[in-house]
Order: sequence, then structure tokens, then C-alpha cells
Amino acid sequence: MNRIDLLFKEKKNNILSIYYTAGYPGLGDTVAIAEALQESGADMLEIGFPYSDPVADGPVIQATSKQALDNGMDLNLLFEQLKQLRKKVTIPVLLMGYVNPVLQYGVENFCKACADAGIDGCIVPDLPMYEYEELYQGVFLKYGLRNIFLVTPQTSDERIRKIDGLSDGFIYLLSASATTGKNLNVSDVTTTYFSRVAAMELKNPTLIGFGISSKETFEKACKYANGGIIGTAFVKAVAKGDLKENISSFMKMFR
Amino acid sequence: MNYFVNEKGYYGDFGGAYIPEMLYPNVEELRQNYLKIINDADFQKEFHALLKDYVGRPSPLYLAKRLSKKYNAHIFLKREDLNHTGAHKINNTIGQILLAEKLGKKRIIAETGAGQHGVATATVCALRGLECVIYMGEVDIQRQAPNVARMKMLGATVISAVSGSKTLKDATNEAMRDWINNPVDTHYIIGSVVGPHPYPDMVSIFQSVISEETKKQLMEQTGSDQPDYVLACVGGGSNAMGMFYHFIGDENVKLIAVEAAGKGVSSGFSAATTFLGKEGVLHGSRSILMQTADGQVVEPHSVSAGLDYPGIGPQHAHLFKTTRAQYASITDEESLEAGLLCTQMEGIIPAIESAHALAYLEKMEFTGNENVVVCLSGRGDKDMQTYMNYFGF
Ligand SMILES: Cc1ncc(COP(=O)(O)O)c(C=O)c1O
Repeated sequence: MNRIDLLFKEKKNNILSIYYTAGYPGLGDTVAIAEALQESGADMLEIGFPYSDPVADGPVIQATSKQALDNGMDLNLLFEQLKQLRKKVTIPVLLMGYVNPVLQYGVENFCKACADAGIDGCIVPDLPMYEYEELYQGVFLKYGLRNIFLVTPQTSDERIRKIDGLSDGFIYLLSASATTGKNLNVSDVTTTYFSRVAAMELKNPTLIGFGISSKETFEKACKYANGGIIGTAFVKAVAKGDLKENISSFMKMFR
Repeated sequence: MNYFVNEKGYYGDFGGAYIPEMLYPNVEELRQNYLKIINDADFQKEFHALLKDYVGRPSPLYLAKRLSKKYNAHIFLKREDLNHTGAHKINNTIGQILLAEKLGKKRIIAETGAGQHGVATATVCALRGLECVIYMGEVDIQRQAPNVARMKMLGATVISAVSGSKTLKDATNEAMRDWINNPVDTHYIIGSVVGPHPYPDMVSIFQSVISEETKKQLMEQTGSDQPDYVLACVGGGSNAMGMFYHFIGDENVKLIAVEAAGKGVSSGFSAATTFLGKEGVLHGSRSILMQTADGQVVEPHSVSAGLDYPGIGPQHAHLFKTTRAQYASITDEESLEAGLLCTQMEGIIPAIESAHALAYLEKMEFTGNENVVVCLSGRGDKDMQTYMNYFGF
């Protein structure tokens, strides 16, 4: 069974998923970070493969992406690291990144390499629904990969239904229309939107991401969805110093 | 063969809207409304009135006699340099500001390289009283200081893009990020035929006035609206698309697009996208772009900031792949020499971008009868520092 499906089958709330950029801060840190995160209670990992022009990202993740590229990270190396990672890590792992590196790798090659490396799903924010449905869904399904779509406060109910129909795994609810790294301020607008989506009783579970950086914001996410995703706050925390120590003290905020 | 956009937003294999969900509502709103708004009679009336009385259109089609003699052909220059603000960019910004108003937007953002599109955007924002934010690479802010001052004087806020190579590509990234973070009241005026559908189509429609006028003017001056060749430079490709638009269906008219070779196509300092690029996705559309084997976008180089871009619009990729248009490239030095030649033989100082198109005349062979139209996309005032440094004036 796909590990994402298994996770959501077994756990209905308080799910904590952590994003980090492969090859950051050091080229070889990808596996060690995953191990430490699993040890300290993360339920799922989203590993970013770096891209030169990450338009959906704020300055912090842009900088990690740039450093990872400067360190020499690319998809070939990442897939090698992931094979090592899977020897030690049993929680679900997704790859997150932009569509152009995937197109250059070849979509079928990419999906096959994901399956071989034990990847459970992908988040490719600039791969549109129409292109996914027309061209790539078959390939994703063939290799057992879950493709995760984003939803924002501006996404219409009709479109959310369509996304729900096309998704498996879970749906990624953005707390706001924003680039990564903006602070979540839970206003009436956000709670109305979270409640609106919750009331739609989608077939897929949901996780809330963008702007979760503290115990309070994580708890809010858990109130309206099956859990939360933390990215910017985590990569900031591992930028300097001892990786293992930083990760365990960061995770103590939530676990 | 269909050379224009289909109902899915594609030109053959190219185009589409490769955007994150955060941009979907804005882009979809545009997609659903742009043709309806543009084709509305009142919109057309207002658009053409502004082009005439504010921009100064129609721009002349000038038979350049001394260049004609030198090259042994009839060389016509389409004088976009005479437009208000000094380039073709204003045709598009006039169209988009009217469209933004119809959509009820209050805030305008744009990217700029050389500053020409930034100035053209700041100009129409002043004209219509809308808030204006321009993103410009830190490097370009330094090399195009007069245009930065013009934008500020026009009331725009100029924000320095400090990510990546700090040039046009990064300014475009920053503008897209701004749009993601301001999803309701903001319109993004993209400055070329790039970006997600419907931008390439919309911008080419606004720029198509260039070839619409050229056809009429050719008919009056030569008795035929079919020249033998039409030439234009290509950064993202908007002046070229405007110059080609009404000639695309005339299969006997040869279309030549001139890219910036920089220090030479193989020098590692070039912006010759069709020579160096591969198919991929950049700034929201599938096209041809300069990239590594791993799909990372490569930094381009050109002496002209307006051509210093690692991609081309999706319709250009289609015209290239179908060979409907021919893509050539010209080096920094060749363009500067052609700029000097045009200045001293015709008394017209061209933008260095436009000088790339002029420079290609050197590489063509004529028999004396051909009619050749070159799009003189802009004037060279903004480039005086570069000309001065190169020629030592
Ligand atoms: C005078 C001039 N020509 C050409 C260009 C290149 O743009 P495009 O290829 O979209 O016409 C620019 C861009 O700044 C310009 O200022």
C-alpha cells in the first residue's frame, strides 16, 4: 500500500509533514535530515528538488534552492540519495519541485525513478490540472505515485471539487494566496475558508501549509484539517549549527 | 497550418498556462475575458484614439534611401522609435491598462529589463491614475539609470530584484511573486509575448497594430502589401510578433527573427535562445529556453538589456519549429556597428535591440528589387552610455 494512503488511514489528525530542500545546508545532508525527522516524530516528508527560478517561493526557500544548486544537487544525485534514505526511513516521502526539471528528466523517467527510490507522491505546483489530466496522470498512476494539488482561499468550490476528483493522497490547503514563508495570521477570512473546505466533505484528507511556524499555528491547522505542513520555519532552523540537535529541538515545539 | 493560439492556449506544442494554483484565479479571469473586452467596440475606439493622439500612431514606414542603396534592396524602417516613450512597448501597455480598468483592478505591476517596458507601464499608470510597482533587476537598475529616474518621476515604485542573476528573468520572477501575494486587486502587465496563456496572444494582438499599419503603408508606397522580407529583433518577441502578425498568413513573405548572440553563440555569453535552448517551461508557458541538462535556467548575456532573456514566447517557438519564420543571431559588436551605420547614413539612432535586426541586413543578399521591412522597435537614447563606451565618443 502507498505509504501516504496508509498514513491517512491510520492517523486522522495531528499529522505533521516537514518540507526541506535536498542538498541543503550540505549536499550530503538529505538522508541525515530525514532520519532525524522520522526519529523526532514527523509523519511525512516533502523533499524539495531545487530549481533556479522558484516563483512560488519566498526568500528563505529561494536561498536554500540556490545553495543546493551551488552545492551540486541535481535529480540524478537526489535519486541516489533517496535509495539510501529508504533503507532507514519508513514514513511517506514526497518530492516537491517545479515542472521544468521534471520535463528535462522526462516525465516517465522521473516517475519510474521515484517509484524505484520509494517515493510515494509528488507536489509540482506549476504543473497545471489540464496538462496533468491530459498528459501525465496515466504515468503517475502506473508508478503508484500520488499527485498532490494545491488549493487557495481564492479557489472556487467547483474547482475544489474537480481537484478532489483528480487527486489521491491528500489535498494541500494553502493558508493564503502567498509565496512560501509568509506568516500565517488566522483571520476571519482564513477560518471562513478553512471551514468552507471542511464543510465540503472532500473524499481526500487535507493538510494546511504555508506560514505554520509555531505550536499555536500548527494547532490551528489541526483544528481545520488533518494536520499541517511546515517548510520555511524548518529550513531556517537547520541553516546553521548541529543538524541533529537543531532538528530535535525544533520538533520538540510540536511533539 | 495554424500559427495562432488554439482554444486550449497552445501554439502547436508550445504555450499553455504552467502556473501555480495561486495564480489560477487571475489568469483564468483574464482568459475568460480578454477577447470579449478587446473586441468590444468601445474598447477598440478608446484604444485606437489613445494610439493616435497619445502615442502618435500610425508610426511612419520610412524608405531608408541610403541604406537601400548600400544593401541593393528597398529597405523600409517601421518607425516604432517615434512612439511616445520611444519604443513599441507602449502599444501593449495602453491595451493592458484599459483591460485592467475593465477588470476593476486598482494596482499595476510589471517587470522590466532595459526599463522601456517599465517606463511604458509607469506612463500609462500616470495617464490613468493607477498605482504602479515595477520590478527591475539590481544589475539593470545600475546600467539603465535614466529609465529608473523616468519611472520614479512618473510616480512608480521601482523595486530591485536581488534574486538569481538580478536581471530581467529575476524581475519577472519577482513580479509573479507579487501577483501571487496580491491575488485580488492587482493586474500584471507582462511586457512581451511570454507568460501563461492568454498573455502571449493578448500582447501580440495589442502589438499587431505594427503590421496592420505596415501593410497599408506598403500598399500606398509600393502598390503591394506583400514585402519579400520582414525583420525584427527578439527578446521575448513582442515587437517581432507585432511586426509578423498580419504577414504570418502570407506564406510568400519571409519572416526573419533576430536573436542576440551576445559575445558569440558558443561563447557562453549569449542570448540566442533558438540556437542554445531546448523545449521546456519558463514563466508559465512551454516554449524554448536556455537551460542545463538538469533543467536549470541558464543566465543569458546580451549588450542590449531588452534581449537579455533566456527564453522566447511560445508562438515564436512554434514559428521556429514549423520553420514559418527563420531565426538568426547577431553579436554585440555587429549590433553596435549596425547602430552606428544607421545613425550616420539615415540620421536615426536606433535602440541596440533594434540594431540587431538592422545588422542582419549585412548577412543577406539582394538583387535590387526586394522590398524589406525592418522593425525599428525603439530609439537609442537609453543606450547612449553603451554606444559611448564602445565607440569612445
Ligand atoms: C527597443 C526594444 N526593442 C526590443 C525589445 C525586446 O522585447 P521584445 O522582443 O518583446 O520586442 C525591447 C525590450 O526592452 C526594447 O526596448
